Amino acid sequence: MTPLHCYLLLSALLFAIGLAGALTRRNAIIVLIGIELMLNAANLNFIAFWRYGPNPQALTGVMFVIFSIGVAAAEAAVGLALIISIYRHCRTTNLDEVDSMKG
Amino acid sequence: MSWPFAIIAVLTLTSAVAAMSLRNLVHCALALTVTFAGLAAFYLQLDAQFVGFAQILVYIGAVAILIVFAILLTQRGEPPRPSIYSATWVVGVSIAVAVFGVLGGLVLSSQAVTREVRPPPDISVREIGEQLMTRFILPLEVIGLLLTAALIGAVIIAMHERRPK
Repeated sequence: MTPLHCYLLLSALLFAIGLAGALTRRNAIIVLIGIELMLNAANLNFIAFWRYGPNPQALTGVMFVIFSIGVAAAEAAVGLALIISIYRHCRTTNLDEVDSMKG
Repeated sequence: MSWPFAIIAVLTLTSAVAAMSLRNLVHCALALTVTFAGLAAFYLQLDAQFVGFAQILVYIGAVAILIVFAILLTQRGEPPRPSIYSATWVVGVSIAVAVFGVLGGLVLSSQAVTREVRPPPDISVREIGEQLMTRFILPLEVIGLLLTAALIGAVIIAMHERRPK
């Protein structure tokens, strides 16, 4: 079986890719996708630590990931609603142009 | 490292890079779907079948569709941009590389990750359901409340503003 550090390195790389995308892209939707990638990298870490941990029968890692997926779904829904609202207000999803606090 | 792990890892990372770097937003969403599928395959490899299928249902079935809808709703008649990256992209990439360097160094130097592999746990969906209804009942209720609040909040935020006349 694949050793644990392979999974951890893969998840760190996925986190870094998501972070780079969230910090460098101009489009708000792509920034949200980057945040989703980072959340998924964290979930992969949870599952890997649960599987290689001292007591995989205890189900704690699985439960944590299930709740984490639920929170991520709520975050995606609210985030995309915010992006649609911003687009309706400013007619753009370019984050460089959304720079006024007062509409 | 086994061959299935290597193949899925290459596929997942390539599609993640594509999702972050492609110019066409719909292509980004499709690449993101491949990344989610790769992660679900990792969960299946790690004997977490329920989480793997929940990942497919929630992420590929709901989040990816939601992102495609948001893309379709927000891309009407925008002029093509000269650059898809922000002006400070060098800073962003260097921060990401630094974060990966720190994480990777810590993982490789840690003593905790060289433990032996235990036999695969025998977990049925029935057991997960029982645990959700007994030990984890409070988090379950909280997540239900959170999802309801998020649903109402998303509808209210995205609703048409009434213009005063």
